[in-house]
Amino acid sequence: MSSSEAAPVSRSGFRTETSGARLLRLGHQLGFFLLSLAVTFLGLTAVTFFIGRFIPVDPVLAVVGDHANHDVYEKTRLAMGLDRPIIVQYVIYLKKVLAGDLGESVMTSQPVLADLLTFFPATFELATLATIFGVLIGVPAGVAAGAQKGRWPDHVVRVLGLFGYSTPVFWLGLVGLFVFYGKLGWVAGTGRLDVGYDDIVTTRTGVLLIDSALQGEWDVFRNAVGHLILPGAILAYYSLAYIARMARSFMIDQLGQEYVTAARVKGRSFWGAVWLHAFPNIMVPLITVIGLSYASLLEGAVLTETVFAWPGLGRYITQSLFNADMNAVLGGTLVVGAVFIGINAFCDFLYKIFDPRLRRA
Amino acid sequence: MSGPLLEVAGLNVTFPGRGGETRAVRDVSFTLGRERLGIVGESGSGKSTTGRALLGLLPASAKVTAGALRFDGLNLLSRSDADWQALRGKRISMVMQDPKYSLNPVRNVGWQIEEAYRLHRRCTRAEARAKALAMLEAVQIREPDLVYQLFPHQLSGGMGQRVMIAMMLIAEPDLLIADEPTSALDVTVQNEVLRVLDKLVEERGMGLIFISHNLTVVSSFCDRVLVMYGGKIMEECAAKSLGAAKHPYTRALIQSAPQLERRQAELATVQRDPAWLT
Repeated sequence: MSSSEAAPVSRSGFRTETSGARLLRLGHQLGFFLLSLAVTFLGLTAVTFFIGRFIPVDPVLAVVGDHANHDVYEKTRLAMGLDRPIIVQYVIYLKKVLAGDLGESVMTSQPVLADLLTFFPATFELATLATIFGVLIGVPAGVAAGAQKGRWPDHVVRVLGLFGYSTPVFWLGLVGLFVFYGKLGWVAGTGRLDVGYDDIVTTRTGVLLIDSALQGEWDVFRNAVGHLILPGAILAYYSLAYIARMARSFMIDQLGQEYVTAARVKGRSFWGAVWLHAFPNIMVPLITVIGLSYASLLEGAVLTETVFAWPGLGRYITQSLFNADMNAVLGGTLVVGAVFIGINAFCDFLYKIFDPRLRRA
Repeated sequence: MSGPLLEVAGLNVTFPGRGGETRAVRDVSFTLGRERLGIVGESGSGKSTTGRALLGLLPASAKVTAGALRFDGLNLLSRSDADWQALRGKRISMVMQDPKYSLNPVRNVGWQIEEAYRLHRRCTRAEARAKALAMLEAVQIREPDLVYQLFPHQLSGGMGQRVMIAMMLIAEPDLLIADEPTSALDVTVQNEVLRVLDKLVEERGMGLIFISHNLTVVSSFCDRVLVMYGGKIMEECAAKSLGAAKHPYTRALIQSAPQLERRQAELATVQRDPAWLT
């Protein structure tokens, strides 16, 4: 079988695109993407609307109260359009939602939208900070543990992780408050700010760290950090434990693959193969895990928010639920749903950046 | 050339396991010049483990001992991990079985080929790129510029294996271990890839260890053949005279291969003798 000419390989299937065709293709993809987002959101509004109609809470009673007479009740019912066909009611609801009208909250007697605009940023601030730290520490820890499976770094990460997701958050929160606030005084107590710092900063984004920094109120900024640090650290610990555990198992999986050995054959060091070869291959599942963990924090960490008297979305929705304040509950649900849609869309976008196999869908 | 390129004496590899140790390679000794040595045997006969032991790439749990392991005058046994790493790719390299798994799915072809070069040479990006394109041409890929940007999932099996060969030969190693380089390919493509490999090995005067379970390929491709069973070398013979091999195991292997001109109701099965391993 000694040297004779081998047939050359032809791949005419892979012509390079012209830039115009590329733009057109990207435009198509973007259009399709936005359309699918719109349809998903429509589905979400339908779900919240029908939940609102079918649960046994009378929306009229919620407005007029238990002691209203029959006349008032009927008038209000007609005024709310509850006598009209359900589809028409849905269209009216949809129009209102799109105009930003989510009704009024019985509990706070404010528009639900205004409530959400104050409660959601508090949760957003906490969840984002927790996720950033969870990722910055959890990913390297998980990767290192996976790469050194069965050795001491792996045991350390596993034990810390196990402690992280098996300890009740309210217990950790109370102990944390007792030690670091009560005994040591290293951090501030519950709530978002000490009383003296309220109403100094005008609300723009609702995220205190950003608002105070923009307005140069560094005292407020420092105070807000002091309040954020403990609940932030506790939530970060939870998300870190989860992210590290998943990163570890993804890593073990990838390090057993042949392409890692191939990289070593080429002369890559072990850690070079871990970070340059295996790590890019765990990005897709890792992004999924991080996205889900972030979304679940944004949905509101009720227990943490309760322990720390944090005026966040989780507490808002829970309290509205106990008060049968349906407008608030549905508004909150809508926000949570929209957050999930948004995070999923963002993850989809990231997948395509990190995995060439998912491009050109 | 002073001595042989590679000298292996008394190589043993054992893996610890629940039911006691598994001896994957037992007392394997051979020498290799700049020639083609075939290693054949069934699955689990220790062929691939032997190959990987020569690269120092067995899992950490494996216990490797040897009387001597010399490559081009260097004693591999006394070398540290870092020394061994400097040797990999540059002096000893390996083509692996299935490009579907041995190419990194998220890196493009160009990156993966250049990496092998840039790990061992100081060079600019443009130099590395030119070198990679030349290498793609050397493995007979017609449109190197195009293939350079492709990702492994866009390649056919034969193309993938050519890319693998380009990647493993770009740093011009002296010894290439080909671990079942064509077993994952279609028969028609196998020959093309073998021809590419054959040409490059000849041009560059490399030593080649060709691991395979395909007796026909080995006997026509290599100079010498080692037949392994249960981690032990059963027989060593010239490739041309493989048909006249004496060892009962080798004979049984040859007989168990189907032949077109000889119609049989049943293929012969290999009768193994535990005494071979003592």
